Amino acid sequence: MSLIKDPITWALVGGVLALLGLATGAGQLLKKQRDARFDPAVIEQFNLRVRAWWLMCSVLAAAFLLGETATVILFFLLSFWALREFITLTPTRAADHRTLFWVFVLFTPLQYFLVAMNEYGMYSVVIPVYAFLFIPARVALAGDYKRYLERCAKIQAGLMICVYCLSYAPALLNLELKPDDSSQAAQESQATEVAEEAPEDPVSKVASLVNEHTADRNARLLFFLVLVVTMGDAFQYTAEKLVGRHIIAPAISPNRTWEGFAAGAACTTLFGAALSWATPFNPLQAAGMSLLITTMGFLGGLTMSAIKRDRGVQDYGTLVQGHGGVLDRIDSLCFAAPVFFHVTRFFWTG
Amino acid sequence: MSWSGQIQKNLMQTLLAALARLISGSSVRWIDCQPDTCQRVYFANHTSHLDALVLWASLPAKVRAVTRPVAAKDYWEKGFVRRYLALQVFDALLIDRKAIKVHQSPVDLMLKAIGDTQSLIVFPEGHRNTAEEMDEFKSGLYYLAKKRPDLELVPAHIDNMNRILPRGEFLPVPLLSCITFGQPMWLEANEPKVDFLRRAREAVRRLKDQ
Repeated sequence: MSLIKDPITWALVGGVLALLGLATGAGQLLKKQRDARFDPAVIEQFNLRVRAWWLMCSVLAAAFLLGETATVILFFLLSFWALREFITLTPTRAADHRTLFWVFVLFTPLQYFLVAMNEYGMYSVVIPVYAFLFIPARVALAGDYKRYLERCAKIQAGLMICVYCLSYAPALLNLELKPDDSSQAAQESQATEVAEEAPEDPVSKVASLVNEHTADRNARLLFFLVLVVTMGDAFQYTAEKLVGRHIIAPAISPNRTWEGFAAGAACTTLFGAALSWATPFNPLQAAGMSLLITTMGFLGGLTMSAIKRDRGVQDYGTLVQGHGGVLDRIDSLCFAAPVFFHVTRFFWTG
Repeated sequence: MSWSGQIQKNLMQTLLAALARLISGSSVRWIDCQPDTCQRVYFANHTSHLDALVLWASLPAKVRAVTRPVAAKDYWEKGFVRRYLALQVFDALLIDRKAIKVHQSPVDLMLKAIGDTQSLIVFPEGHRNTAEEMDEFKSGLYYLAKKRPDLELVPAHIDNMNRILPRGEFLPVPLLSCITFGQPMWLEANEPKVDFLRRAREAVRRLKDQ
């Protein structure tokens, strides 16, 4: 069943399309002008990024149109690919082959299956507890003790970041949000309409309408998360180029500066506050959530940079032109998704 | 082959190549070399039973259709599925490593099989290597080049396949691999066997870091 039905969701999607159109136009204009003030390499980089955003947005929108299951499957595929990139770049030994096999073939699909089934009690523990115990035990059974702890930690970290953390993004679709004012009003008016139209079975019809309405609100919640994470990355990237002075961790990422982070986070907070109409939050809450999301996104990016530096690589893969690998794109989302999920679950569900 | 048989074979080839690329997640690079249907011998390092299949699958469809991997008979003739894939789909040239005879040398078999249209994929190390460094090349590549000096010899490097399907394992783990094709080379006039084999090995090894 499609997740895009009511006008608010259409407005959100339309707004994103307009934004992307604007970015594409600006990029092409800058390319044509050949202004000496702008570095053509930076513009080329920008245009490549915009192209990849189009691709990602179309895929996400298509999944939304196809419904909740399709969205969960999309995130499963993202996790799967990110984990491939992660394990490919973190060397394990031949003895870890069968452990890795179960990680890919059992734990990754299982996590998303449980998310799709809305089994919160199970999907929140299956990887941090059961996979956590399974991995070192299976590696020990294989009988190779060289760099044992390091190998186990690598596999565990990959599974936690790429699969467990990311799976909280589609899990937002199943949160039972407290009804807000507009939705209550909508439900009441729909309830009276339904009662007038079909007096024989109003209860089940109302229930299905309410369900559809909630699904739309949840879809917007996920959209909000992805949009704020992406815009947060973009704002920080731009701010670092414009106002960056004091580098945070030179050895890990020569681009990230305190000024860039502060300015980028401020812009993202305002951007998120302006989106509050599409969320269950009021403007102040939406601002706070955006600040939280973009801070987590920043920490995620920095963490993944540290792993990349340790492995001596620039990017994780070569799937989308101009965007490094899948993991380079979703590192911020991986860190932001579980925190956003839990805060929303704690304060906004009944 | 009948018309419908040919279509079925093409379909199976496309499917198998897609599957192989999916499992091996291979990115393909051509450095100083372009895909071409001219007669070539691709020679690569060898770490996994999947090497032959994955290298074949990384070629464009037109090139793939005229390229035959040389593979180990004892592995690819075991079981119905492997035998069907090797003989009916990717047209492997299966070499029996235990019964190499003087009057019917593998090199002669290969040259007879490709005629004057097809290309070959060979692994000159002769066996799957588990160490970091490549083994010395066996002399087959030299005799191929000597008997058919017109064949282009294209070095190829396969990265990470040993982690996707290591020696002695049955099921692959879908990590990402990288396949790099390098500049074609030929046997120089009067080049001694040892020098040529060392040069060929170096050509493959160099691709790893490029």
